[in-house]
Amino acid sequence: MTVLVSQLFTGVSIGAVLLLIALGLSLTFGQMGVVNMAHGEFIMAGAYTVYVLQKVITDAGWSLLVALPLAFAVAGLMGVLLEFLLIRRLYARPLDTLLVTWGVSLILQQLARDIFGAPNVQTRAPDLLTGNIKITDDLVLSNNRLFILTLAVLAVVALTLGLRFTSLGRRIRAVVQNRDLAAVSGIPTGRVDRLTFFVGSGLAGVAGVALTLLGPIGPTMGTNVIIDAFLVVVAGGIGHLKGSVIVAFALGTLQSLIEYSTTVSVAKVLVFVAIVAFLQWRPQGLFTLRTRSLA
Amino acid sequence: MRSSWRAGAGFALGAVVLFAVAPVALSDFRLSLLAKYLCLAMVAVGIGLAWGRGGLLTLGQGVFFGLGGYAMAMHMKLADAGPGEMPDFMQLYGQLDALPWWWRPFASPWFALPATVLLPMLVAFLLGSLVFRRRVRGAYFAILSQALAAAMAILLIGQQGTTGGTNGLTDFQGFFGYDLDDPVNQRMVYFIVAGVLLLLLAIARQLMLSRYGELLVAVRDSEERVRFLGYDPANVKLVAYVTAAGMAGLAGALFVPAVGIINPALIGIVPSIEFVIGVAVGGRAALLGPVLGAVAVAWARTTLSEEFPAAWTYLQGLLFVLVVAFLPGGLASVARLVRRRRPPPDPAPVSPAPAVAAQEVTA
Repeated sequence: MTVLVSQLFTGVSIGAVLLLIALGLSLTFGQMGVVNMAHGEFIMAGAYTVYVLQKVITDAGWSLLVALPLAFAVAGLMGVLLEFLLIRRLYARPLDTLLVTWGVSLILQQLARDIFGAPNVQTRAPDLLTGNIKITDDLVLSNNRLFILTLAVLAVVALTLGLRFTSLGRRIRAVVQNRDLAAVSGIPTGRVDRLTFFVGSGLAGVAGVALTLLGPIGPTMGTNVIIDAFLVVVAGGIGHLKGSVIVAFALGTLQSLIEYSTTVSVAKVLVFVAIVAFLQWRPQGLFTLRTRSLA
Repeated sequence: MRSSWRAGAGFALGAVVLFAVAPVALSDFRLSLLAKYLCLAMVAVGIGLAWGRGGLLTLGQGVFFGLGGYAMAMHMKLADAGPGEMPDFMQLYGQLDALPWWWRPFASPWFALPATVLLPMLVAFLLGSLVFRRRVRGAYFAILSQALAAAMAILLIGQQGTTGGTNGLTDFQGFFGYDLDDPVNQRMVYFIVAGVLLLLLAIARQLMLSRYGELLVAVRDSEERVRFLGYDPANVKLVAYVTAAGMAGLAGALFVPAVGIINPALIGIVPSIEFVIGVAVGGRAALLGPVLGAVAVAWARTTLSEEFPAAWTYLQGLLFVLVVAFLPGGLASVARLVRRRRPPPDPAPVSPAPAVAAQEVTA
């Protein structure tokens, strides 16, 4: 029983990481329809922000706290730059956006390799987060996993409230639901796009900060996580955050349960099969925005 | 009529270059490199069909390349080991007492050779019919195909005892009884590769010019309209996807004797998307564009990445950005642009005067 519960906790914490990574994508891909393959490199940028910051602020706790908003800003600005220079021109060609941003991600990875070196680097975690909470003798929850879970929940709540109640959130939803109507209503869709991209990419930076708590960081860390995050958004459905939230936790739990009974590699394949099977049932993902368009 | 005459001339020219000029002009080493590039070009022909004509961005061609490659490699490993023996790497890892059941059929060339093409086509058929019928398309399909490549590479690495893991399958001695160390036999492999590439090009051309080819382009440009006309776009896409998978499988199967290795690093996410860049550079919708683009990119990679690995990565990234964003038709469209700039070579002989006048008006 405790084994099952601890596997469930592992699953939920895998889900929380997936969710943090996928949250930014559910804005840029889910809401705007942009396939940004460089999203993984924005995660990397967030992680390296922690690394650089720890050279300035030696206290691990403070550096982590400062890193969260800073990484958001760094990754967000990279996102805005990318949107302004390239993606803006390609809104009508989503598949080409995918390839172009893949090229950008290659360049960013190589930049990271040239600046920080090819080998992975390690950041220091605050003492508070290195410990464990013992619930029973068999059931031990690690603090850093709990921290990431909290961070993911906070991010989801903040994003949901922001989309629902702020004026930017209203504008984003308006542009998603009907771009032309939003434009004739006086909403500057171009600026809204850029701000959406800022928030979405910024969330990748926050995810990067969280990933530093789980392991070493390196130039290819983005590529390793990006596909899973995209699958979460594809299966979760576009236009809704709740789909991504549910699917992230479901996939995390599924992955951890299958891993427990087989191996990591078999689990990956079975999760993929599960997603294809799931799309047979709901080809547009778990939740969809109903529109009258044919496409 | 004229286009078929020109195509015939083009094939003849290609055959002369591949079979007569290249073997004389290139050293054995360069020729085996060319064989490798031509294998990659076969994958590109398939991607050109599926992506350029059908709008299906398949980022998982590495899976089919790998299936073909592993099928061939397993047969060659078993042939090297001799009847009843296990391949060398399995004995080395020592985890297994007997050959796994799914290795066994590959001992027979009558199973292994068709499997190199049919196995990838079967996988593509299964995934494609599931996905296309439910109208999963565009970026969704691209991401799913990419996830398939990731899953396949991870699976191969994880099952080290039976698949060779990260090292893959390598160190082959013979190819259907011919010693692969002998340069003459390497040349033979090159000729097979070149011949198969020309064959695949002919198939792709026939498909593109047929009624089916028109339908495929129509599905790319307006899927809903095709549906309303009474066709099923899912089947149209499925044929292109399965054909591309078969071509990739054949390419993988020939890659193994030509290069001497197949491993997960050749079939994962990164190599799968790299197949696409050559196609984009050459011109995705053209017949020859993908082939020339794939060979050029592979050649540039070998030349540059040895001396300046960092510079090559930057260049590759820039190629993706510049070509796809600003030259979506690839180099083939440059050729067409240049041709359009020039005045037509011979004005219509029937009534030259009005033609000239019309030209002046439009200019």
